[in-house]
Amino acid sequence: MTEGLQGPAPDERPQPSGRRNAQGIRIDPAVAAEPASRRTVISALVENEPGVLATISGLVSRRQFNIESLTVGTTTNPETSRVTLVIEEPEPGVRQVEKQLDKVINVISVRELGDDAVRRELVVLKVHGEEPDKVHAVTEMYDGTTLDAGPRTVTVQITGDEQKIDDAIDAFRQFGIRELARTGQTALARGEEWTTHAEEERYERTQS
Amino acid sequence: MSEQQPTHRPDADEPATEAATAEEVAAEGTPTEEASSEDAGARPVTTGSESVVRALETAGVEHLFGVQGGAIMPVYDALYDSAMDHVTMAHEQGAAHAADAYGIVSGDPGVCLATSGPGATNLVTGLADASLDSDPMIALTGQVPTAMVGSDAFQEADTTGITSPVTKENYFASDADTVGDAVGEAFALADEGRQGPTLVDLPKDVTNGATDREPDEGKTPETYDPPERADEEAVETAADAIASAERPVILAGGGVIKAEACDDLRQFATEYGVPVVTTMPAVGAFPEDRDLAMEMAGMHGTGYANMAITHCDAMFAVGTRFDDRLTGGVETFAPEAEIVHADIDPAEISKNVHADYPLLGDAGTVIEQVHAALAEERDTDMAATGERWQEWREQCLMWKDEYPMDYAAPADAPLKPQFVVEAVDAATADDTIVTTGVGQHQMWAVQYWTYTEPRTWVSSHGLGTMGYGLPSAIGARFAADDDQSVVCFDGDGSFLMTLQELAVAVRENLDITVFVLNNEAVGMVRQWQDGFFEGRRMASEYPWVPDFETLAEAFGARGYTIDDEGEVEDVVSEALAHDGPSVVDAHIDPTENVYPMVPSGGANGEFVLAEDQL
Repeated sequence: MTEGLQGPAPDERPQPSGRRNAQGIRIDPAVAAEPASRRTVISALVENEPGVLATISGLVSRRQFNIESLTVGTTTNPETSRVTLVIEEPEPGVRQVEKQLDKVINVISVRELGDDAVRRELVVLKVHGEEPDKVHAVTEMYDGTTLDAGPRTVTVQITGDEQKIDDAIDAFRQFGIRELARTGQTALARGEEWTTHAEEERYERTQS
Repeated sequence: MSEQQPTHRPDADEPATEAATAEEVAAEGTPTEEASSEDAGARPVTTGSESVVRALETAGVEHLFGVQGGAIMPVYDALYDSAMDHVTMAHEQGAAHAADAYGIVSGDPGVCLATSGPGATNLVTGLADASLDSDPMIALTGQVPTAMVGSDAFQEADTTGITSPVTKENYFASDADTVGDAVGEAFALADEGRQGPTLVDLPKDVTNGATDREPDEGKTPETYDPPERADEEAVETAADAIASAERPVILAGGGVIKAEACDDLRQFATEYGVPVVTTMPAVGAFPEDRDLAMEMAGMHGTGYANMAITHCDAMFAVGTRFDDRLTGGVETFAPEAEIVHADIDPAEISKNVHADYPLLGDAGTVIEQVHAALAEERDTDMAATGERWQEWREQCLMWKDEYPMDYAAPADAPLKPQFVVEAVDAATADDTIVTTGVGQHQMWAVQYWTYTEPRTWVSSHGLGTMGYGLPSAIGARFAADDDQSVVCFDGDGSFLMTLQELAVAVRENLDITVFVLNNEAVGMVRQWQDGFFEGRRMASEYPWVPDFETLAEAFGARGYTIDDEGEVEDVVSEALAHDGPSVVDAHIDPTENVYPMVPSGGANGEFVLAEDQL
């Protein structure tokens, strides 16, 4: 034990000139580069166990990932489901979503899909039925289907990519939209490519 | 039960008669020699509870920490016939912390039990604590019968829902035939890969349900496949990065201890002469009495560790998650360093700090791999590199001189907490286990004690759970060797949160010595209020702390009080010598604060040494 501590005070100490950005990436002091957010699709193959969806949505919300949509449905194998997430995050965030999902014990395989992935969304919307002909014309224009038509309301469905759904909704606004329900996006990798790695192995196993 | 056992059971004390040949005995399935201690294995499983108990026995569990209750009662009934030792705790939070500490000291998952509803929710703090520190632990909770689940029944809580964010994995047991397998799997998962807490929720009808199925040997599910060896090519490039550095440091995290990789770390660091900085959970991974030991870095880490981190140009980080208490502001963390990050959990790579060279694998294996890769370069560059690093090592030693871990203690000053820590360290053996609560006392206990062995520092790091100290000392005591001492440093505020566990220490006659560094305040909060809230001490001063000496005696423990430095040596040795729990109430200088300190989110290299530097 001595009388106090020595050594230079904080502002008198030599400081390194380097710096990292908010995402922990070391940067050139002159260029403060931070990757911007991008919108992307993550597909996860999960086991059909009770609570898996709750676990995934809980994970996403407590880690504050910026999520646009989350859909889920079974696959050809009754023991598995596919969860499709659309997220908007900078690069490190996208990697974290993948890795954190992969940590969930019931998640079999996770992959970020490329920009060319086949992405589809469904919207069911209900408009006022005063002008059924015009509604029908707009529905045709968007390759939609009329699901229900009554004296007061018309309900239609439109499928397509996100942009098309947005455009269709805009087009239907002229009739006054009473209600609408969007499913959120679901997606598969294009062509020969497998959506997640585990599926290829599983497919080969069932074929042999 | 008894009539279902084999009719002919050779007594353990009596050798089998000549008629009973070895084959006959084997055919009976009853071991002769270990009959009395191992007869658990001979008991047939008839209920879900017995299957649960069997799974724990198969996993090698010796101690359980828990509290009885309605929905868990069938499991306790099955424990009645087991050789495993159940320790009844005063509160479920105590059970969770005891199990957690048991896991830290022994390396195997500690087990805690609680009933449904309030019992289960009381475990949550302990689970969250174990989760953030990746401690191996398994919790078994009672649940209302399956048919009543979801009806807001008496003592019902959605335990798997509540604990999902704070467990590595949890299970809702659905039938008596498979409940033992679920427990075995939970146990295996808690232990394998990145360790962590798991939970199995046990509805009463499942544990009461009939089954004759022996649980399988516990194993992790097929989808769980933690990496073992890092990619060789990645190791080569990482080793190149380290070899070509001018100022390398090793940052050892808690994963080094969990992977039993301390020997690998010590060999590596010593052979190449690389200074070692540790995170708080890794305290003890590298002996703090060596020149290369820069000790703990971060908010209350040593000045020299923080200088080394700030000025290094390569960091070999192993088994750490770069917690914000370690990094300070990420922008200023090791700003010039190429970071080699080895971890068993891919999600930790580039989560907080970007890894330039990620290495996925077990800490011990990866250190060996990097070691081997560097050894190949030895004949060419490494000899020269070793010399090149000499200057850096000297710089690190200079920082040790410049910013020593030291405190001012004028002759007329009240008792200094650091002095108490040093005195207890001096009076105990190197392998003494130190447990702590959370607060200023915790920091003094980590700063002023010289740790030389792994698994001797037991504390709540990530969650910062006040009240962790006493129950963790109880758990540590059960996991420690008989001749190993267990001491607990606690604060008055922290001790007050779980001191009811003193009743357990007394009942079990546990040789634990608690040193309460009593400053009549939640000292860390008060320190921050003084530093960052203009001294407005809202709710941080505890002028009503009880007399801990009398309180200890009321529980049946031995109590002591220390008021000044002169009494310390005698009281410490008397309390340590007492065979049973004792509490030393050390009235410390209430004005003493914890330094060095890196203000939250600040730069590690700008640690302050006194309040006037804030």
